[in-house]
Amino acid sequence: MRDLIDRLLRRSAPPPGLSCREIVELVSDALEGELEPREARRFWEHISACPHCSAYIEQMRATLRVLGRLEPEHLSPEAERDLRAAFAQWRTEQA
Amino acid sequence: MAGADPDLPLLKRLRAGDEEAFMDLVLRYGPSMLRVARMYVPTQAVAEEVVQETWLGVLNGIDRFEGRSTLKTWLFRILVNRARTRGVRERRSVPFAALATEESAAPFAPVDLDRFGVDGAWTSPPRRWEEQPEQALGSDEAVALVEAEIAKLPELQRLVITMRDLDGLGSDEVRHALEISETNQRVLLHRARSKVRAALEDYFADA
Repeated sequence: MRDLIDRLLRRSAPPPGLSCREIVELVSDALEGELEPREARRFWEHISACPHCSAYIEQMRATLRVLGRLEPEHLSPEAERDLRAAFAQWRTEQA
Repeated sequence: MAGADPDLPLLKRLRAGDEEAFMDLVLRYGPSMLRVARMYVPTQAVAEEVVQETWLGVLNGIDRFEGRSTLKTWLFRILVNRARTRGVRERRSVPFAALATEESAAPFAPVDLDRFGVDGAWTSPPRRWEEQPEQALGSDEAVALVEAEIAKLPELQRLVITMRDLDGLGSDEVRHALEISETNQRVLLHRARSKVRAALEDYFADA
């Protein structure tokens, strides 16, 4: 509809495809491969043409790398021992 | 769910009474389980109790496990429900599905809207982090910052990002463990990731 109005008013049509504001809503889905094929194409076309959104998606990738580095706690030796004992008990009850 | 469950061989041995198979599973998932339990209970010791109770629940229910979900999915479902019951969060009687919908529906913008012009293009664009050495992203400060940001997230966003991006569960596993829709899971992950990215961006902007 906006394209039509722009053509009627002889303004240059806005670039087709997604705006940067729309892109930031789709980044997570795009990185998971969850976009529909047509939307995915428009998404990646925008990224390749837009250095700002390209910087944004790189920030998101870097964020995921940091997230992947968060080390969880390990079980204490006592907890491991208790679990072994629980298993031995369970196994006995199975017999 | 696509693909065979990679834990099936260990599960088979566990059912046959193989203690080492059980301990392999315990060591494989224990740390992630502790992390989720710690969302709900105040100390490491209580979190270990929750993990213990979960494994007991698994052992006692193992005959009934039909393999319709992965073992991991089933394990985390038991864990999250048990942790929630033990925890003292206010709204723990509200089902995950309802909270997921609520958190997904709340107004949210991944980036301040005033960073875009009326045409939707950036007016205040993000900087490239290549200017910061990759080492900075691995620094203790950045990790602590990310942990703090995750701790501030609402319950479902915190669970989803922890299970997906920290513990490596797949989207099907997470949504089946929490019994939430695929759409809600995607929205929650998007929101959580956006907030963490924003916190890191602020960190590097001030650095």
